[in-house]
Amino acid sequence: MPSATAPPDTGSAGCVLDRDGMGALVRELRARGRTVIGPTVRDGAIVLAELESAEELPYGWGVELEGGHYRLRRRADAAAFAHSAGPQSWKNFLHPERVRQWTADRGPDGELTVRAEPPAAASFAFLGVRPCDLRAIQIQDRVMIGGPHRDDAYRERRTGAFLVVVECTEPGATCFCVSMGTGPAAQPGYDLALTEVLDETGHRFWARAGTARGAEVLDSLPRRPADEATQDRARRGVAEAAGRMGRTMPPVDLRDLLADTLEARRWDDVAARCLTCGNCTMACPTCFCTTSEDITDLTGDHAERWRRWESCYDLDFTHLPGGSVRTSARSRYRQWLTHKLGTWWDQFDSSGCVGCGRCIVWCPVAIDITEEAHALHQESLADRAGAADGAP
Amino acid sequence: MTAVPLPYRVLDNRPETADTHTIVLRPVGTALPPFSPGQFAMVYAFGVGEIPVSVAGTHHGDLTHTIRGVGAVSRALCAARPGTRVGVRGPFGTGWDLEAAVGRDLLVVAGGLGLAPLRPLVRAAASQPRDHGRLNVLIGARTPGDLLYREEWQDWGRPYCQVTVDQPAPGWRGRVGVVTALLDQAAFAPHRTTAFVCGPEVMIRATARALLHRGVPARHIRVSLERNMHCATGHCGHCQLGPLLLCRDGPVVGYDRAEPLLAVREL
Ligand SMILES: Cc1cc2nc3c(=O)[nH]c(=O)nc-3n(C[C@H](O)[C@H](O)[C@H](O)COP(=O)(O)OP(=O)(O)OC[C@H]3O[C@@H](n4cnc5c(N)ncnc54)[C@H](O)[C@@H]3O)c2cc1C
Ligand code: SF4
Ligand code: SF4
Repeated sequence: MPSATAPPDTGSAGCVLDRDGMGALVRELRARGRTVIGPTVRDGAIVLAELESAEELPYGWGVELEGGHYRLRRRADAAAFAHSAGPQSWKNFLHPERVRQWTADRGPDGELTVRAEPPAAASFAFLGVRPCDLRAIQIQDRVMIGGPHRDDAYRERRTGAFLVVVECTEPGATCFCVSMGTGPAAQPGYDLALTEVLDETGHRFWARAGTARGAEVLDSLPRRPADEATQDRARRGVAEAAGRMGRTMPPVDLRDLLADTLEARRWDDVAARCLTCGNCTMACPTCFCTTSEDITDLTGDHAERWRRWESCYDLDFTHLPGGSVRTSARSRYRQWLTHKLGTWWDQFDSSGCVGCGRCIVWCPVAIDITEEAHALHQESLADRAGAADGAP
Repeated sequence: MTAVPLPYRVLDNRPETADTHTIVLRPVGTALPPFSPGQFAMVYAFGVGEIPVSVAGTHHGDLTHTIRGVGAVSRALCAARPGTRVGVRGPFGTGWDLEAAVGRDLLVVAGGLGLAPLRPLVRAAASQPRDHGRLNVLIGARTPGDLLYREEWQDWGRPYCQVTVDQPAPGWRGRVGVVTALLDQAAFAPHRTTAFVCGPEVMIRATARALLHRGVPARHIRVSLERNMHCATGHCGHCQLGPLLLCRDGPVVGYDRAEPLLAVREL
């Protein structure tokens, strides 16, 4: 893995950056030739975009989230990271919506020359990666570069990316990272971890390095040693966030639950609501499915292979000459949910869901993955009770 | 080479049936690593597209494919004249794993085009008769005109080939009926048999059921499954069948794994 070098001994105490320190962090990362991507307010949402300075961070902005609902709101304080997942995720940069994989040319004698797309020298720094989203990146790593066939272009982008995780102190109403074991505290895999603290003593960030290159960046910033009060405040903020999750998953082995409910009545219920629009798959930070497109230019002698995001909700997704395999909305919603929570384990030895809540927020009809999981759980409990009653 | 196709040249193209051709491909430069029977390649028709196709034969670096023209890419490949350049990626997926069947009776059951991926298996098994027990090859097709490799059956030598068609044509003196009916004619000891089955999914299920009924253990019934595939490298998601990514965990899987999955409609 990219930042897998053993964490240097920077002392777990870390250091403290103030708002100027945050400014210096962005300048330093840019000075090192990195494209800094972070949250910023644009078109009524907090989006991920290139930052030229830390002043573009959403200082003083929060979000109001619910099923099918997203609204920006002004905060009483100047917090920069007191908001949860927006419409995009880091996959927009690491596993972009459209990439060219190779080009092919046919010569005058019909000979074929195929050229792999040269790796773009992408050197990102992601600022403000939430712990759940760090896990989502690691889950996509398993898919794209963890198996027998590796996607070299993904690996280039991924190994080049410097990750600044910001722990969660303000979960949204659609968040359930605690149920999924992915947050709100930062887990290993970051170059730098920050925790935002705002109190009478001021606005500051408790910073720790997770890698040698993280420590090197931190060392170049105006900073002070971390005082006890800041550390306590930061830890408390994260611990309290864990108690304020807007959603939960049923407290069962979700993999077993999904394996046992393939014929549940609940699928008909959700199928009656689902528009099979695929928004949930586009917003989800782990959904990775793609389609290959082959195009030619007007001469007919130059061809290109493009890969673009595709959704398992598309009817064509399972196209076979005899017709698609999953034609009903029921089977397509079931495929998505069982993949996220169940069969992902079989395929990649991890959950496919990190509890970020994006799919709930961006579903036009407010279908809620946690509500569906609870309903499946209830149905299986009821069926089991019924079976027990009916036993002789 | 699994991400970018390597250039191959069409060496030979001969019609097999009205809509199916067998093409032989030879590497223009570097050859792909060797394919095992049951594995597949992604074959690219220039400017048209790329499709998964099983190897129907391998000879040194050459690849043989038998392709039915059902859509844009498969038709383009069927129409490719000798000399045409195509792109090939592979090898992908699991093979039949003949090695694991050493000492056992072998039962090959093919429906229609399903004989294509089984052809290299039959040839390998027939060439090493000492490694296993009896070899039976049961072939079914819709009509006599849909039978593949008819002129080769003799060359396969030792195996006991039996053939049936769903609909006879004038002059057909062979059997009529479904391929599972041939099981009664084949001599094999069920518990010591490994079966290799490929064809339409309904045929696979009917055959596997009949074999289970006769006592062939589910894990010794090897079936080859088909799903939509775009990348063949486990990244595109199209070939999922429940827990399986068929480009990686298949296409050949044991029926112990396949049966519960195929039993769920639209999984
Ligand atoms: C493991 C495997 C082995 C196969 N082996 C053979 C073989 O030996 N001989 C043979 O004739 N056929 C084989 N097939 C089926 C063959 O791949 C399809 O007939 C072919 O993809 C149809 O594509 P098309 O463009 O001609 O037709 P269309 O039906 O127009 O297909 C449209 C597009 O769907 C996509 N697609 C991807 N995977 C599939 C798929 N499995 N079926 C249909 N469309 C797909 C392709 O991009 C294709 O261009 C195999 C399929 C699999 C999965
Ligand atoms: S399934 Fe929903 S909650 Fe889970 S990671 Fe994807 S978008 Fe987030
Ligand atoms: S669950 Fe919601 S977002 Fe997902 S496909 Fe159905 S309607 Fe669209």
